[in-house]
Amino acid sequence: MAKKIEGSPGYAPGTRVSTKDIVENKISYTWWEPEIQYSWSLGQAMSKFLVGLKNGKILGRTCIKCDRVLVPPRMFCEHCYGPTDNWIELKDTGTIETFSISYLDSDARRIKKPILIGVISIDGASPLHGFMHYFGEMTKDEIHIGMKVKAVWKSPREREGAITDIKYFKPLKGGGKK
Amino acid sequence: MNDVAVIGAGMTVFQRRLKETGKELSYLATKMALEEAGITKKDIDMVVMGSAPDAFDGIHQKGENLLDGAAGAGKPYVRVFNGGGTGVFAPIAGWWHVASGVADIALVVCEEKMGNCYPHPQTAFRHIWDPILDRPLAPNLVWLFAMEMNRYMTKYNIKKEDIARVAVKNKRNAVGHPCAQLPDEKITIEDVLNSEMMAWPVQRLDISPPSDGASALILCSKDKVRQFTDDPVWVDGVGWNIDSTMWTNRDLCFPRYVANAARMAYKMAGIHNPRKDIDFAEPYDPFDYKELHHMEGLLLCNKGEAPILTREGVTERDGDMPMCPSGGLMGVGNPIAATMGQKVCELYWQLAGKAGKRQIPGDPLVGVGQAWGDIMQMATVAVLRRG
Repeated sequence: MAKKIEGSPGYAPGTRVSTKDIVENKISYTWWEPEIQYSWSLGQAMSKFLVGLKNGKILGRTCIKCDRVLVPPRMFCEHCYGPTDNWIELKDTGTIETFSISYLDSDARRIKKPILIGVISIDGASPLHGFMHYFGEMTKDEIHIGMKVKAVWKSPREREGAITDIKYFKPLKGGGKK
Repeated sequence: MNDVAVIGAGMTVFQRRLKETGKELSYLATKMALEEAGITKKDIDMVVMGSAPDAFDGIHQKGENLLDGAAGAGKPYVRVFNGGGTGVFAPIAGWWHVASGVADIALVVCEEKMGNCYPHPQTAFRHIWDPILDRPLAPNLVWLFAMEMNRYMTKYNIKKEDIARVAVKNKRNAVGHPCAQLPDEKITIEDVLNSEMMAWPVQRLDISPPSDGASALILCSKDKVRQFTDDPVWVDGVGWNIDSTMWTNRDLCFPRYVANAARMAYKMAGIHNPRKDIDFAEPYDPFDYKELHHMEGLLLCNKGEAPILTREGVTERDGDMPMCPSGGLMGVGNPIAATMGQKVCELYWQLAGKAGKRQIPGDPLVGVGQAWGDIMQMATVAVLRRG
C-alpha cells in the first residue's frame, strides 16, 4: 500500500502503468477483438425522411398542438406526447447554429485537413430545429454562427437514402460574409 | 424519508492505465472507505455499483464482472448507469436505498477502466451516436462539446482565455490530491491556449484525460450514524433530470436540465438562495468550459457570468465560491463514473475537514456536487451539509 498521506484520501492505491510498459511487455495482458454486426430498422419517421433525401427533399413533421415543425421528423412529439400530424417539405437551406473545425477523425486520430462540422437549423422548421452535417465551399475563417447555408446534394444516381445524400452545406449566395 | 449521512469514502489513483483489473480497483477503493468508516463487509446492507459504457472495459454487463470487488457478493446489489452522470447518480441511488428505509448502511462503488480500449477510448464513443442520422458522418465525440462550447462562447461573447483559466485553476488545485493524474503547479493560460487544436474551439488542455480508477462512498441512516461519528456529513438533497435526445433541436447555451436537477435538490435541501446558501461546488468539468456552463446551470451565478467570476478569482480555493477544490476532472482525471471521487467524496472530505492540502478555508457548511452525461442532456446533483 502507498504511504500514508495527511488528509483524505489517506493513501493512493493503484499501480500506474505506461504505454511503454505494454509495448515492452513489462506487464502481462490479454487481447480481444470483437467481431459483431448490426442492422437497424429505420422505423416510420426515418424511412420516410431518408426516402425524401433520396429524392432531394428535406421532410419535416408538424405537431399542430405544440405549433412545431419537427426536423428530424418523428411520429410523436416529445413535448405534448401526442402523435405528430402531417408531413411537410422544407427548404434545403438553413442557418449554422453552431460548428466545430475538427482535426480529429472518429478514432481520435489527427488529420491535417480539418473537417467543418456543425448543426444547421432548416428553413421552414421551428427555431433551432435541424441536424448535424458537414460544411464545404467555405474556409475555416469564413464559417460562423448565423451563416446562411444551402445543401449540396449528391447526383440522383448516387443517392441511396442516407443523411450522406447531402454532401455538405455551402454558403447561400450572399450568406458567406460575416 | 430517513436522513442519510456519509461515514466513509475512498478512491484509487487515477491514471491513463492502471495495472489492476476493474474488480481489483473496486476492492481497493471500497477497502479505503470501509477503513474510514471503521466497518467491514458484513456491516453493509446493500451495494450500488456505478459504471459507465461497457464498451470501455470491453466487458458487457460489467456490473456482474465487478461485483466481487465491490463487496456485493451475497447482498442486494444493483448497477446504475447514465453515462457521465453516473458519478453522482450512483450515490443518489445509494441515498434512496437508505432514505427509503430498506437499508441502514449502503455502499456505493464507482469504477471505470478506459485504458482497456484501443486504439483510443474515443473509439467506444463512436457507438453512442444515433445510427441513422449521425454515424454515417463518422463523428468524434469531441465534436459535440466543441459545438456546445462554440455556441456558449458566441452567445455570451466569452474569450477563450477566460475558459482556459478553469483548466489552469483545476490542474493547480489537483496538486494537493494524492490520486491526481494531471496536477500541474506551473501551468499557465498560455500553455492551454498554445496546446494542440483538437476540434476548434477545443484544444488539448481544455480536455480532461481518459483514465482508469475507482471510488467508494458509504452512506448510513440517521438511526445508526451516531455509532460512527459525532459530526456527520448529511446528504441533504438530490436531483436528477434529462433533456430530449434530439440535441440538434435544443439551445446548447444553457443546460436547463442541470437547472431542473439543481432545483429538485435545492428544494429537498431547503436551499432558497443557492448563491448565498452554498459555500463551494464540484461542478462536472470534463472540459474547462463545462465548469462555467454548470456553474450557471446550478444557479450559482447569472447566465454568461461564470467566466467573469472565474477571472475575478471568486472560484479559487480561497475565493468566495470555490469551484472544484479537488482539482476536478481536469486535474485529477476522468474515469467517468469513478469521478464520484471528486464530485461527492470530495464534498464529504471538505465538509468533514479532512481534505488536507486541498482544504477550503473557513469551515464550509454546504457543498454541491454535479455530474453530466449522455448526449449533453443528463444532470445529476447532490447537496451535502455538515452537522
